[in-house]
Amino acid sequence: MTTLLTPSAFEPRGKRPPPDRKPRMRLWSIRHAALIERLYGRFEASIAALGPLLARIGYARLERPVAALEAGAKGFLFDCRMCGDCVLSKTGMSCPMNCPKGMRNGPCGGVRADGACEVYPEMPCVWVKAYEGSLAMQGGRAIVEVLPPLNHARKGSSTWLRLARERTKADA
Amino acid sequence: MTPIVRPHPHDIGHDPAAPLVDLPGHSSRGRLERVLRRGEFAVTAELSPPDSANAEDVRKAAQAFEGWVDGINATDGSGAHCHMSSVAVCAILTRIGYSPVLQISCRDYNRIAIQGAVLGAAALGVGNVLCLTGDGVQCGDHPEAKPVFDLDSISLLSVIRMMRDESRFLSGRKLTAPPRVFIGAAENPFAPPHDFRVLRLAKKMAAGAQFVQTQYCFDLPLFRRFMARARDMGLDRQCFILVGVGPIASARTARWMRANVAGVHIPDSVVARLEGAADPRAEGKRICVEMIQALREEPGVAGVHVMAYRQSQYVAEIVRESGVLRGRAPWRRDFVPSMQPVESLEAR
Repeated sequence: MTTLLTPSAFEPRGKRPPPDRKPRMRLWSIRHAALIERLYGRFEASIAALGPLLARIGYARLERPVAALEAGAKGFLFDCRMCGDCVLSKTGMSCPMNCPKGMRNGPCGGVRADGACEVYPEMPCVWVKAYEGSLAMQGGRAIVEVLPPLNHARKGSSTWLRLARERTKADA
Repeated sequence: MTPIVRPHPHDIGHDPAAPLVDLPGHSSRGRLERVLRRGEFAVTAELSPPDSANAEDVRKAAQAFEGWVDGINATDGSGAHCHMSSVAVCAILTRIGYSPVLQISCRDYNRIAIQGAVLGAAALGVGNVLCLTGDGVQCGDHPEAKPVFDLDSISLLSVIRMMRDESRFLSGRKLTAPPRVFIGAAENPFAPPHDFRVLRLAKKMAAGAQFVQTQYCFDLPLFRRFMARARDMGLDRQCFILVGVGPIASARTARWMRANVAGVHIPDSVVARLEGAADPRAEGKRICVEMIQALREEPGVAGVHVMAYRQSQYVAEIVRESGVLRGRAPWRRDFVPSMQPVESLEAR
């Protein structure tokens, strides 16, 4: 299991997002959600194509390094929390695990009038941003899909590898 | 003035503490669903659970609403403050014959505890559940608590619907008797992102919501915009929308609520009206009565949900003054099956 690069989303009060981790990059990614959507579409196709090769190397052996790579890349771009069940393409490229309530299906009712988070007034609501991102994306409509409860057992694992494995299995 | 006694025969059973007889097309055996499905304008009220271990406090609080409301919401640690549990409050209410709405907040329990609580509540005669995410722990009296948020309000809706309709736990394990509950959700049409709120309502309905109780409505134009979009999507025909209302005691309270209660939106015009009034408390009630009357005329609105925090003694008065029941009398303890309805409400 990988160590998380960012603090857990489920924090008590007082453990605010550290000031040196201002969500600058995350907001950039949401503003460029359309670009990221296109790039990720290509990336996903290539991971899926790599499935048989990855299987030969062995998923278990790959889990640690790939998860670390994924945590680094997505941590930089989205402040990814490595929930293990990435839904960025359905949330306007705004990582829902940055929400202090871990809302994966939309904003809570406590969003402030200026669009700031109820829990951290200095942070823009993850879902206000998610909606903005979704409007820019071609597949942005996916924001209305009802997502099932998060599988917490997957925390820290690589979504990319799981995806490759599932695609290969589906093709076979 | 006593209300005209005109109980609907479907709303009374031989034993007030027992669930009512089954009606086709109904999810629950509770009264609230019947009132709404008959097309009556429903009134629900919020009961603040006491900070005590005394059941009498709950009975006393509920008695203030008797004969004026179709459902009583038992809040679940509202504002992240600790109070008597909502399951216990509901169980005390069902023993008398009231129709409680069990509020469940995802903040305090995980999926294992929540599913168990739903089964327990249904076994104790609770016919309605309201699925909430819950306020953050930071606004309550235990800000150092661990926030759980294992589910969110929408996944909670889907879990309870699965238990009821598929007779299974989320894990897939079979239930021998599913919980017969009418499932509700909350919505806040007054918080950003405003354009997303209607989609979120649609999402909640897709996840299982059959009725909705909204946050306090003090801004009618904003609510009408929301409602118009909801009607365009046909949401009002698939779900009963009850709008949150409540009296505010003074301009100071209004300002305090705006600043400290998550998700409450009070326009300046309302604050100014309270400020200029000779008797702000009476003015607060007046504003509430006018809002209820306006909502009664709004197409697609199925009822109102009165939240009168620390002013619950005025709920009956407010409902009566608004006249929204139009002579209908919600359940009271003196209603017995032998009573003949004066006339059928359906025939009117």
